[in-house]
Amino acid sequence: MYVAVKGGEKAISAAHAWLDETRRGDTGLPELSVAQIEQQMALAVDRVMAEGSCHDRFLAALAIKQAKGDLIEAAFLLRAYRTTLPRFGASAPLETSRMRLRRRISATYKDLPGGQVLGPTFDYTHRLLDFALAAEGRDAPATPEAPTDMTDVPRVTEILAREGLMQREALSESEPGDLTREPLSFPASRAVRLQNLARGDEGFLLALGYSTQRGYGNAHPFVGEIRVGHIGVEITPPELGFAIDIGDIGITECQMVNQFKGSRTEPAQFTRGYGLVFGHGERRAMSMALVDRGLRARELGEEADAPAQQEEFVLYHSDNIEATGFVEHLKLPHYVDFQSELENLRTIRRAAEAELREAAE
Amino acid sequence: MTEAGYNFAYLDEATKRMIRRAILKAVAIPGHQIPFGAREMPLPYGWGTGGIQVTASILGPNDVLKVIDQGADDTTNAVSIRRFFTRVAGIATTEVTGEASIIQTRHRIPEKPLTENQILVYQVPQPEPLFRLEPHRAETRRLHALADYGLMHVRLYEDIARLGHIAKAYDYPVMVNERYLMSPSPIPAFDNPKMHQMAALQLFGAGREKRIYAVPPYTPVRSLDFEDHPFRPIRAPHACAICGSTTSYLDELVTDDAGGRAFICSDTDYCQERQQAPKAAAE
Amino acid sequence: MTHLSPGFADPVLDAQASFRAILEAMSRPGRIQRIEARITPPAPLCTAAAAALLSLADADTPLWLDAGDTVAEWLRFHCGTPITPEIGAARFALACGTAPSLEVLDVGTDEDPQLGATLILQVAGLVAGDGWRLTGPGIQHEHRLRVLGAPADFTAAWARNHTLFPRGIDVLLCAGDSIAALPRSVTIAEG
Repeated sequence: MYVAVKGGEKAISAAHAWLDETRRGDTGLPELSVAQIEQQMALAVDRVMAEGSCHDRFLAALAIKQAKGDLIEAAFLLRAYRTTLPRFGASAPLETSRMRLRRRISATYKDLPGGQVLGPTFDYTHRLLDFALAAEGRDAPATPEAPTDMTDVPRVTEILAREGLMQREALSESEPGDLTREPLSFPASRAVRLQNLARGDEGFLLALGYSTQRGYGNAHPFVGEIRVGHIGVEITPPELGFAIDIGDIGITECQMVNQFKGSRTEPAQFTRGYGLVFGHGERRAMSMALVDRGLRARELGEEADAPAQQEEFVLYHSDNIEATGFVEHLKLPHYVDFQSELENLRTIRRAAEAELREAAE
Repeated sequence: MTEAGYNFAYLDEATKRMIRRAILKAVAIPGHQIPFGAREMPLPYGWGTGGIQVTASILGPNDVLKVIDQGADDTTNAVSIRRFFTRVAGIATTEVTGEASIIQTRHRIPEKPLTENQILVYQVPQPEPLFRLEPHRAETRRLHALADYGLMHVRLYEDIARLGHIAKAYDYPVMVNERYLMSPSPIPAFDNPKMHQMAALQLFGAGREKRIYAVPPYTPVRSLDFEDHPFRPIRAPHACAICGSTTSYLDELVTDDAGGRAFICSDTDYCQERQQAPKAAAE
Repeated sequence: MTHLSPGFADPVLDAQASFRAILEAMSRPGRIQRIEARITPPAPLCTAAAAALLSLADADTPLWLDAGDTVAEWLRFHCGTPITPEIGAARFALACGTAPSLEVLDVGTDEDPQLGATLILQVAGLVAGDGWRLTGPGIQHEHRLRVLGAPADFTAAWARNHTLFPRGIDVLLCAGDSIAALPRSVTIAEG
């Protein structure tokens, strides 16, 4: 008698043990430490913090190690941990004009207060595999920081806004929605949209942002400014009544300057696409700014028929934890449904064949 | 003993309260999808996180839990979910349908009729019955508000015109209490009639889509059909190769490369019970 | 500061058991359930109503009540629930005295009927087996429920509430440690 093979507890345990073994790899080689990942895979750590929606370099590095370097799996581990954490309070808004900058560039002005600071960037590197890195023991040369005055570096968009050429965002003291506590509903507020994009899949944001440059959404973006650095986070505990600094986080901010024709009631001015992400993530912040601007189409009275302008489409599909779960769930057994499809198809075929026979007789 | 560092049944109390409120409203409005703040779970979205959150919110230390996937207790994901609840809630589990107070299921309703002392929790991948016809949720919400289900009737009618049959074999849409069109989750249409006037409470959790809905006990659940094309549940026209059942839903097995097929009960507990029954009678 | 009596002895398991009793009540309208948690809420709050609020209300659910300052303080402390004087803005309304008219509560919208409020109504007693005849989802044939001290004209007000379906309010009837529910889907006929 043929007996269906079904997975059991033993199979699962064995699979997980094998996973552990392959994670470790060749035991003749030293094991990677979490600290090494944190230091030497810093941009992977940044991406996992952003998509895992949790700023903790150690936990992100641990997740990368546990996930064997699968960054979406690592972000998922971090998210699942994050949801179990208690909430102690909400931070005050970050004032990014006061962040400690490592990098700051503008594509719209040749020079401006604070200057152009390239910082640690892949830009202008020649993408030649560096075989010297493959040889162990090469130390990077020390790069002493040039003394610069970074205390007051106004944002480019603010310079434009003072001139009346950049649309100002509406100020609001009301509590923003919280994506992690309330399901999306539409139309979504910009705060909720930005929360969604900030932790969205980098590849998805990149592709959508790219599409807006190629005519799907009619964007005319300029990088007003990208700034990368650190900033203190403050909360005001109600029992204290004054703000306290709870530590620094690394962030990347991108403000895109976009054209806007103006209307009868509003003079022509630039509009903003905004990106703000954890860690050093320029590609992510720029893509986010492009998509943010795309999603503003309706409020700015533009046509909204390109993919990057369709709020439901973008916000429901940006989350790679949701997406990977649902795509990958297709590997779970579906034989009950498949069986019902089979029988249905057979029934339809039998009926059709009977009809053909009748017609022939 | 439950997992150190985590609350009973994993979820924190504030999350449980939010889900419990959603469940109560779902019961009060049979078939209506209640948006809820689904949390990330330590299992992937699409692998039963909605059902798990519902189960975690109702589960108590005296409950006996059964978890099935495709009707079977020993499919890998059912094993994994059962193990999760043993780990985080330390509760008793069973494979016997009649012994369970809560049954979490993916894709099947047990063959044995459920009782008033049981709750059936469905894992739902896509709670919106209209999603293939209208992908915008803002629009489907409006259609539910208006009870405007013309789209679905047209779709089913087109099947009949083209194929002579309604081509939906699973996730076959139902009307709950003659008000809300509802997805029964991807159970085979064969199982739909079991939902009608069921003695047990039926709860549905969709984690990724962040919706909870319910069918209270003894509630009319009608599979959509037409007078001249009445709803017909389909099963493979065979007997179970193990227990001989001619009324249970069957899995099809490919036994060789020469067209060989065998059919066995998808509900493993039901099959087991039938195998033991003649022995018990003989003793 | 006045002394506040404790809430649930076991906040996790008492909340779970109370919720299951409420879920059972809501699933089988008119069937009386017992709350097993031992709590001594301040008067006039009864055990069942207290357990319902301890297990369901929190910072996200504004509460309206007519039970006085001590009860308000007790619920604010144990649930962290904001107390609202605006009954139309309440997710839960607790009526220990003269019941408010059902019409003043939030009934939700056609798209979001789940926003309809829950009224926790303390009554003098609940008796199964005679009285009102309840029919609807959750009820196989008919459930009978006698509500001692029900508000005058309640069944007429309920009939109006029922016609709003799927909008409407849901009621938890509480007396001592007994609880029964009237989801908006249920129809009440006088016995």
